[in-house]
Amino acid sequence: MTPTGYFLDHLWLIPLFPLATAALMLFFGRRLPNVGVSVLCVGSVGLSFLYAVGAVFQLLAADPDHRVFQKVLFEWLTPGPMHMTGGHAIRFVADWGCLLDPLSCVMVLVVTGVGFLIHVYSIGYMGHEGGYYRFFGYMNLFMFAMLTLVLANNMLLMFVGWEGVGLCSYLLIGFYFLKKSASDAGKKAFIVNRIGDAGFILGILLTAVTLGTIRFTSQGLPDAADTTGIIQALRAAVESHALAFGAPVLTGIALLLFIGAMGKSAQIPLYVWLPDAMEGPTPVSALIHAATMVTAGVYMVARMNAIYQLAPFALDVVAVIGAITAIFAASMALVQNDIKKVLAYSTISQLGYMFLALGVGAFAAGIFHLMTHAFFKALLFLGAGSVIHAMSGEQDIRKMGGLWEKIPNTAKTFAVATLAIAGIPPLAGFFSKDEILGQAFDRFFLLWVVGFITAGLTAFYMARLFFLTFWGYCRADQHVEKHIHESPRAMIVPLMVLAGLSIIGGWIGSTRFEKFLEPILTGVLPETGAIKIVHHAFLKEFFLMAASVVIAVVGIWLAYEFYHTKRIAPELLAQKWPKLYQLLLHKYYVDEIYDAAVVERTKDLGTLLGRFDASVIDGVGVNGAGWLARFTSTVSIWWDRWIIDGLLNFGAKLMQLFSYPVRLLQTGLFSSYAMLILVGLVVLLAYYGHHVQVLLRSVR
Amino acid sequence: MLSIGHYLFLSLALFIIGVVGVVTRRNVIVVLMSIELILNAVNINLVAFSRLYGDVAGQVFALFIIADAAAEAAVGLGIIIAFFRNRETVLADEMDLLKW
Repeated sequence: MTPTGYFLDHLWLIPLFPLATAALMLFFGRRLPNVGVSVLCVGSVGLSFLYAVGAVFQLLAADPDHRVFQKVLFEWLTPGPMHMTGGHAIRFVADWGCLLDPLSCVMVLVVTGVGFLIHVYSIGYMGHEGGYYRFFGYMNLFMFAMLTLVLANNMLLMFVGWEGVGLCSYLLIGFYFLKKSASDAGKKAFIVNRIGDAGFILGILLTAVTLGTIRFTSQGLPDAADTTGIIQALRAAVESHALAFGAPVLTGIALLLFIGAMGKSAQIPLYVWLPDAMEGPTPVSALIHAATMVTAGVYMVARMNAIYQLAPFALDVVAVIGAITAIFAASMALVQNDIKKVLAYSTISQLGYMFLALGVGAFAAGIFHLMTHAFFKALLFLGAGSVIHAMSGEQDIRKMGGLWEKIPNTAKTFAVATLAIAGIPPLAGFFSKDEILGQAFDRFFLLWVVGFITAGLTAFYMARLFFLTFWGYCRADQHVEKHIHESPRAMIVPLMVLAGLSIIGGWIGSTRFEKFLEPILTGVLPETGAIKIVHHAFLKEFFLMAASVVIAVVGIWLAYEFYHTKRIAPELLAQKWPKLYQLLLHKYYVDEIYDAAVVERTKDLGTLLGRFDASVIDGVGVNGAGWLARFTSTVSIWWDRWIIDGLLNFGAKLMQLFSYPVRLLQTGLFSSYAMLILVGLVVLLAYYGHHVQVLLRSVR
Repeated sequence: MLSIGHYLFLSLALFIIGVVGVVTRRNVIVVLMSIELILNAVNINLVAFSRLYGDVAGQVFALFIIADAAAEAAVGLGIIIAFFRNRETVLADEMDLLKW
């Protein structure tokens, strides 16, 4: 029984609502009043959310094995026959179509739901800012691109959305474009993402020539028997022994796609853009750089899980990169003093967790953490925005403190989010993080150790952030302190809704979530696949759970001692290990290393090429050609003047010379002509006289 | 009785006077007059031979030449007047524009 219904048939409208309002804003927004902008832009995202909920419910009405809805709107690219690596040609097609299956269900609900809340929040947060319509236009454009990415039924369309969100990210990071640091951060994000995107598109091309299709699946299409998707092509290839488990080409595809994911989801070594991206307005950080866009890499890897499951080496790379990123970013978050920078490194760290989950084959756990993380990290960012709003733009947590009584609603929701990310039961973060750690433990002990330590670090830096911001006494200036006020209701209500989601978001349970996603995560050959989700014994599970709760509590307690009671002064530690402190404070000098190793070298290359241009291209090429033309024209002038003209003049002179004696006869005086006539007549008569005589005689 | 030789001698004398006048004189009016002399030398010749041979055609020719000479004198004088208006001279050696 295939799923049907009004909302499924109109699935394509979900990305279209925000696109319509985005176009309206960017073309006519300047003339609209702020109220109109708010109603249109927030309304369109809300409408998308309603349609998404409707579509998900209609999909859930079908039985688990048939929960795939796919609709091709039109054939988008039909470049004709394509030659595959095997030598035979196939017909390659890229559609413009929508795909709704359990995986995109989760994503579309997170994107539209959290996106809607953040849009509502933005009404309050951006109310006093200039460029209100521009902000909402970009935000809605982002929603369009993100929903295209999530609902795409093939890799190329996904890439369109992928690039679209990258563009909107660039536009929104540089929203305050008059600020140099903001526009620089936008450029940095864009350029670093280009590196990842190059890997992604190469992965798409390699998939196309290897499998002959870039459609995710043919399931749900009316002509499913005639068409093929990646899953079907993989299954056929494995069954015919054309591709084996661990085939190099599949590892190549998986690694290339992972490069794309590394760029978009800020993994080592391409994470450097995300901390700088905090230059954008805070709702942007919440929507794009915490809840949705940066998780696109996780979504993409999970979407391509069939290929990853056949490429164990690539999976190991994903797991290791994820684990290293998680602990590396968490350690950097320990010493940051900017409230948004702490959250940015926290986001990188949590994304590392997700990739760790994907890498150990626990795709469902990764997506589960993606969802819960979207709730509490969006809440953290929005809470931070509310704090910044209250503190008249101050972002340094050393100048905050004692805000618990002054902005109680923000503080309480922030506390919920802090506990959720720290992994305290029964909040959302506990369930998803515990599942990831459990799966990592089964796969490889060291990965679990890294994840475990990261959990402790996470609890510590979040608690530090919370204590410094909300507890203790206020360290702000007098006039800043006087102005501290709770945010408007448009900002507080989304915070409360997200706090509720951060509490209950995990209650669905990882087992049930896994079962929901199972139909699309089974892979091609479940019986021989290397990845097995093992459900361990109750006792072991209990100990792992207890361990992660204990480390979270220890982390929070340490932060309490450090930053609230001050029984242990953090400055002492900094003095005791100054090198370590400096290393962390300067973020391992990665930006400096990149500057020296990549940016400066690129500039050197530019200078070198500039010199090559100036000397070789301009000097030898352009100026040389000019000189050559001038030289040949000089030769040509000389030839014309002396040889061509000279020959003509020589001929004329010769004529003049020969004509000279004849000219002497031509006096111009008619008397002399008459004389000549006379002489001629006399001569003629003297010579022919007797002939005339004979003639006359004959006449007579 | 005058023989044909006398007539021819007179004609020859007139002709030579005319030719010498045409070739040597500078004044174009005199040159024109010299041409009249030449024409009349021819007339005398024609009339003399017409009388000698009793053929009237010669006298008819002479009449034509007289008419022709009148027309020629009229046209010639017209040209000379036009020339004089331009150059204020009637001297032949100043009329040298035809030379190279």
